[in-house]
Amino acid sequence: MKQVVIRALILLSALTAAAFAQDLASFEKRTTEKVLPNGLTVVILERPEAPVFSFFTHVDTGSVQDPMGKTGLAHMFEHMAFKGTDKIGTTDYPAEKAALAKVEVTYAAYIAERDKRIDRDEAKLKELEKAWKDAVAGAQKYVKPNEFGEIVEREGGEGMNANTNDDETNYFYSFPSNRLELWAYLESERFLHPVTREFYKERDVVIEERRMRTDSNPVGRLLEQFITTAFQAHPYQRPTVGWMSDLNSFSATDAQAFFDHYYIPSNMVVAVVGDVKASETMPIIEKYFGRLPSRPTPDERTTTEPPQNSERRVILRGVAQPFYLEGYHRPDYRSPDDAVYDAISDLMSNGRTSRLYRALVRDKKIAAFAAGFSGLPGNKYPHLFSFYAVPVPGHTPQELGDAIHAEVDRIKKEDITDEELKMIKTRAKADLIRGLGDNAGLAQQLAIYQSRYGDWRELFRSVDRIDKVTKADIRRVSNATFSENNRTIGINETVKAASQGGAQ
Amino acid sequence: MRSHNVNLRSRASYLGLKQMAAVALLLIGLAGASSAAYAQATEWQKIPIPALPPFHPAEPKRVELPNGMVIFLQEDHELPLIDGSIRIRGGTKSEPAAKVGLVDLYGEVWRTGGTKSRTGDELDDFLEARAAKVETGGSVDSTSLGWSCLKGDFDDVFRIVQDLLQNPEFRSDKLELAQQQFAESIARRNDNPAGIAGREAAKLVYGADSPYARQAEYSTLLAVKRDDLLAWHKAYLYPNNMIVGLAGDFDAAAMESKLKAAFASWSKGPAAPKEKVEAHPAKPGYYLVSKDDVNQSNVRMVAPGIERKNPDYFAIEVFNEVMGGGFSSRLFLDIRTSRGLAYAVGGGIGSAFDHPGVTRFVLGTKSESTVEAIQAVFSDLDDVQKKPITESEIKRAKDSILNSFIFNFDTPDKVLRERMAYEFYGYPLNFLEQYRAGIEKTTVADVNRVAAKYVHKDQLAVLVVGNPKDFDKPLSTLGAVTNVDITIPPPPGEPQVGGTGQGSAPGSR
Repeated sequence: MKQVVIRALILLSALTAAAFAQDLASFEKRTTEKVLPNGLTVVILERPEAPVFSFFTHVDTGSVQDPMGKTGLAHMFEHMAFKGTDKIGTTDYPAEKAALAKVEVTYAAYIAERDKRIDRDEAKLKELEKAWKDAVAGAQKYVKPNEFGEIVEREGGEGMNANTNDDETNYFYSFPSNRLELWAYLESERFLHPVTREFYKERDVVIEERRMRTDSNPVGRLLEQFITTAFQAHPYQRPTVGWMSDLNSFSATDAQAFFDHYYIPSNMVVAVVGDVKASETMPIIEKYFGRLPSRPTPDERTTTEPPQNSERRVILRGVAQPFYLEGYHRPDYRSPDDAVYDAISDLMSNGRTSRLYRALVRDKKIAAFAAGFSGLPGNKYPHLFSFYAVPVPGHTPQELGDAIHAEVDRIKKEDITDEELKMIKTRAKADLIRGLGDNAGLAQQLAIYQSRYGDWRELFRSVDRIDKVTKADIRRVSNATFSENNRTIGINETVKAASQGGAQ
Repeated sequence: MRSHNVNLRSRASYLGLKQMAAVALLLIGLAGASSAAYAQATEWQKIPIPALPPFHPAEPKRVELPNGMVIFLQEDHELPLIDGSIRIRGGTKSEPAAKVGLVDLYGEVWRTGGTKSRTGDELDDFLEARAAKVETGGSVDSTSLGWSCLKGDFDDVFRIVQDLLQNPEFRSDKLELAQQQFAESIARRNDNPAGIAGREAAKLVYGADSPYARQAEYSTLLAVKRDDLLAWHKAYLYPNNMIVGLAGDFDAAAMESKLKAAFASWSKGPAAPKEKVEAHPAKPGYYLVSKDDVNQSNVRMVAPGIERKNPDYFAIEVFNEVMGGGFSSRLFLDIRTSRGLAYAVGGGIGSAFDHPGVTRFVLGTKSESTVEAIQAVFSDLDDVQKKPITESEIKRAKDSILNSFIFNFDTPDKVLRERMAYEFYGYPLNFLEQYRAGIEKTTVADVNRVAAKYVHKDQLAVLVVGNPKDFDKPLSTLGAVTNVDITIPPPPGEPQVGGTGQGSAPGSR
């Protein structure tokens, strides 16, 4: 009997609309959301495949919210969210609190002297620095280092991490399902009573992160200069990790102020996916996360990037191998054309049938890789649709740029084929299905969609938007976006070591 | 907290797989141990932790055909997908030294070169229209063919899989394309400091000519001809060299019949050779790769590790958790949290299924603290003897491994991959259970014994990839320094360019 059923199914097209809708409906049915009285949104998806669960805490604030002169602060706070609370990570919180206050007073005095434009007293500066470092050592006595992370690890936490980008800050890990209440305690305490202990040593760690990702990485160096050039007014121009001088200046007081202003319940979504029952889990989450104090949603309005009216170009010369990157301003993710950009990205970049692979890699044989994509450096605000390519030996970034422009001209002038359009839509559906088999990925998607659209169901509707894209849309949006004056180009150009004045 | 993911998308796409692996290792390596008293009852300890419900993951069905092919079938009906993979014995370990790169090229052109009846491009069109994937690859001890499709497309996709197994064509245009792309990765291999460090550290552990360390050059790459790919296929592609695994929305009995019909008539062939590769480590000391466009030093302190068959393996796993396995490991606590010297730090005694792994202690620190950071790691290694690992550290490490143990088998796909790996390396299929028991049995005495036996700071080769003009002290203050030249040998017939370690690219000037 079963065999007959299987054969019958195989006769059907792989992706009948009905079967697809049924799969999605099954996930939708098992998903529950609730906005707590303090404004925090909780999304729970029951997926009882194994006794584990994953969570994803999405904070709708990122480096775009970094104050002037304090770039890197959103990311810095993310690191501090692993430093414990008034109960975790300390041997004596009242004493530690007083000691930490002293650290801030001495640091402020030190920085004030250090940054004097005139009449800086070097001897006094040394004293002030010593006073600050002594205060740091004084506070250190009360620290139980990394106790927060240790608890998560020893209780079986898997994949504990966090990240910050221009748009948002995310925290996540997975636990065995019997640790649900422990998780609710730990994750809520982390944002209820965070303590910015060991701040200045952690700042050094973050500076090493900057050296690793940006300063000592040729493409990292290019990206930073490229984005800074493409954005002249919007905060997207600033690096998430922060400029070196800001990293060497901001304080734990600044990080606490950032937290107080932006980490508020109405700015946060918590998604939980796995072997949990919403009826049992929601009350536990309410009990713990309901304690977060309600505060007004911060004003996140920023300068709007004005239209770009001239081509911009950044060329980094060094010993590194050549690399080509270009970007065009496009509207934010709420644009009715967002799915059209997704379709263009898929058409140009996805796999060996993609336009750029076939033109630059297979036929012209000038690139090892080429792709186009949205989301640089974020997508919550108007951002860039970018193309990049890696030349094979003997070919130059300029040739890659020319070849990319030839492909861009094609989609501006000619309709894509029916087969291509169908392929894009089929792949969007299959990708959505493939993403459903993973607790951590689902938690991430549900939290982000809930935050971005105010409704997690938009995750499942994303394919409907792609399904509506027409060939005319692709031509229209390409013509509106891919123009010379709307373009910024970034190139790593290789020069022989002898003539190089030392990169950076 | 370990990453701000700005621009991750573009970065991830151009990093080579090996570089990605190196980055992943570095991240995984983040760990340490705390001696903090854990007994003190605090708020969180009062939260009840009920017993975890019993969980017996679905076991894949194992089928062995008379021709020696081993098949694992894992039903998973959650989503309408079927994924499969075939692992074939024989990899870069067995390629000739003059043709290093052969297996990587084979792994690429097997798929892109198409079959006798269909070009690779035609396969691309057919598969992408169905959002399906069929891909091939090569690694140190095996090659592989894997696929993923919606279940309704299974028969169509599986026909392509069979065609690639039986009738690959390795068309020359795709070999040339693969060689050109491979040449690009050679030209670019000195751009990424972590990539350089991983590659050169492997040479220090295994010897520069070892199959676990050697690298393709333009000359070895260009020496590979289409006939070599055909010959490789003919030498290794036999059912008795293959392990097949399928997971997804199918009925195992029906799938078994289908696979038997497809493969049972295939005759046995010669078994792939099982060569044993010994490590030939460089002598301990200091090795320097100078790179003037970085402001951070990549430090790798390395030595040969162990095979997983070693009875000390379980105690070593606990040691690694204590030493370099997370936020509370000794190295993370000291080098990162206390001293603020590094973002990425970690390490431990390395292990592998069928050869000694790489024992390594790894960090990235600003040029100006290079020597200070090396000395700090040395001091942490000395402490392994001076401040023996305590009961509470062991407890934490074992709790961490055992409480998260479920994540080794929380998806049917993970269970399948574990079983396939054990089958491939001749480990008992219940090795994961043995592992759990081995961890549970491990005592403080065991861990201190393996620490004393395997961790010797004076036997480490210390590799630094960095900008020596900015070091806090010359590396030579620590000991004799060997300069490592990473200049890329030019393609045959092209002149050598100056020794900055950047090398030339064919035809680039």
